[in-house]
Amino acid sequence: MKILVCISNVPDTTAKINFSPDNKNFISSGVTFILNPYDEIALSKALDIATASAGTVTVIHVGDASTEPTIRKALAIGAHDAVRVNADPRDALFVASQIAACVKSDSYDLILCGRESSDHNSSSVPVMLAELLGLPCVLFAKSLTLEGNTAKMDNEIAGGKEVVSCTLPLVVCASEGMAEWKIPNMRGIMSARTKPLRVVDAVEVPVLSLITGYDKPAARSTVKLIPADAAGELFDTLRAEKKII
Amino acid sequence: MSVLVYVENQDGKFRNAAFEALSFGNAIATSLGTGMIACSIGKVSDEELKCAGKYGASVILSASPELINPQVCSGILSKAAVSEKATVVIVPASFFGKAVAPRVAVKLKAAYGDNVVELPQMSSGFIVKKGAYSGKAFEYVELLSEVKVISLVPNSFKMVEKPVEIVIKTVDATVSDPEKALKVIDTVRNTNKVSLPDAEIVVSAGRGLKGPENWGMIEELASVLGAATACSKPVSDAGWRPHSEHVGQTGIAISPNLYIAIGISGAIQHLAGVSNSKVIVVINKDPEAPFFKAADYGIVGDAFEVVPKLIEAAKKFKAAGN
Ligand SMILES: Cc1cc2nc3c(=O)[nH]c(=O)nc-3n(C[C@H](O)[C@H](O)[C@H](O)COP(=O)(O)OP(=O)(O)OC[C@H]3O[C@@H](n4cnc5c(N)ncnc54)[C@H](O)[C@@H]3O)c2cc1C
Repeated sequence: MKILVCISNVPDTTAKINFSPDNKNFISSGVTFILNPYDEIALSKALDIATASAGTVTVIHVGDASTEPTIRKALAIGAHDAVRVNADPRDALFVASQIAACVKSDSYDLILCGRESSDHNSSSVPVMLAELLGLPCVLFAKSLTLEGNTAKMDNEIAGGKEVVSCTLPLVVCASEGMAEWKIPNMRGIMSARTKPLRVVDAVEVPVLSLITGYDKPAARSTVKLIPADAAGELFDTLRAEKKII
Repeated sequence: MSVLVYVENQDGKFRNAAFEALSFGNAIATSLGTGMIACSIGKVSDEELKCAGKYGASVILSASPELINPQVCSGILSKAAVSEKATVVIVPASFFGKAVAPRVAVKLKAAYGDNVVELPQMSSGFIVKKGAYSGKAFEYVELLSEVKVISLVPNSFKMVEKPVEIVIKTVDATVSDPEKALKVIDTVRNTNKVSLPDAEIVVSAGRGLKGPENWGMIEELASVLGAATACSKPVSDAGWRPHSEHVGQTGIAISPNLYIAIGISGAIQHLAGVSNSKVIVVINKDPEAPFFKAADYGIVGDAFEVVPKLIEAAKKFKAAGN
């Protein structure tokens, strides 16, 4: 079983997000970057499957050299090798097209991603990748089991879940519950330094969208306290002051 | 030219997210000076199909393929977009819509604006506003291609009735390669429950509730208010509640009208997923809990005393015809 895990390099979950004074650029200085939490679940699952089937796990990432610590982290957790497409991950179509190009020259039985990255929150790279490769994609998989060439998954839907099945190859995106995060051990960390990390050039992709600026949610006015004894007045207050109920 | 809107149904009934998408589409069509066409996929009665007319669609295309999955639906939508010369295609940013819209964009070689939260700026160019950094920010994205695909976050655009005469057109839908296709074997719905991402009111609880046996009062308050229930990450990690209720940076991001947080401290990762709620009410026994800084209303008190009072008050409030 050959498995590919697509990983993203995102601001640490505790990071304060700041933009330049004109709101045109994201300020990355002072921000620690981590392996996207959902991608980490996907990687854990991939390693479990690889262990059970004597398979291999390759991680792929689109980004410049500054993202290598995140790739090494994935190798320390247990991935066998890595590919970095040396380019700025401009938008989802660009990233998906890079990964698709790599998959076309080197095929995989299973491609795992996280259901969403915590920076752009768009959930579109895996879906676009699947579309470019002509493969099915399960976007909100809470579980994944393999029986021979068939994958079975619980996929989250509005107000519940559906049980879906599909033959390999396919793209599956990890949601909470698919696997536990794995913590790299000392041996993993040591061996990560020497595991193969191949750097490839990007393919050309037309520019269809452009981030023109950023904004922050409006700050809330200071909290209005309601005494605990008068808690019952909450709904009348909400009706009178906010008209939301 | 036209604006094409995918109206998603659940068991044959259109969901609010579909009517919101139509209302949003109609506003865009009006500024572009074009008409709006709806597209429904799956078995839906004529009576239900006609509901799209209430929100401004003059035509609804209806397809009932033998198999429904994102690949099939994106095929139908992109064909419809071509035949109807759509320049804007709108899909609700639901679980299913998110698995469909990016495929439509790739098929149409169109720019994709995902998780859009308000009407695009169309005076010069076409710029959408979308949520980013898990609720910590918004991004403005210019869509440069002639055809644009947009997914609209549920509960971010109000339904607006604009009744027009509507014509139903059946379109055919053949599934290529059904053997290799993704198949749904079974569907399990949490019965009688409001779906979290679409909910207008969410009642959420955290580790302050001490254990799963204490969720009865949370469910009761939610049911009186017609709200969905949610929880913090440690609560679902401990198995007190299902993962599907976990909100925050690594859970579901929500934007209800009202978010009531009970016994939740307000960690940055939790706030990330809920800060786009219109009004936040926090109940916590610790007056120093960080969540109070991100709240509109706060009640400092013990959840086990405050929540029963809220249930009583909510019952009275509802009984008074609210
Ligand atoms: C990578 C990463 C991702 C994360 N993602 C998420 C996420 O998506 N969502 C999320 O929620 N968390 C997330 N977390 C965890 C987050 O950091 C916090 O640990 C978590 O939100 C705390 O949950 P809590 O508020 O329920 O529990 P606690 O922080 O333990 O807070 C419990 C609160 O209950 C109050 N309390 C106790 N008893 C009572 C009572 N009787 N009545 C009223 N109040 C009471 C306490 O004063 C306290 O404020 C993430 C963490 C990491 C590292």
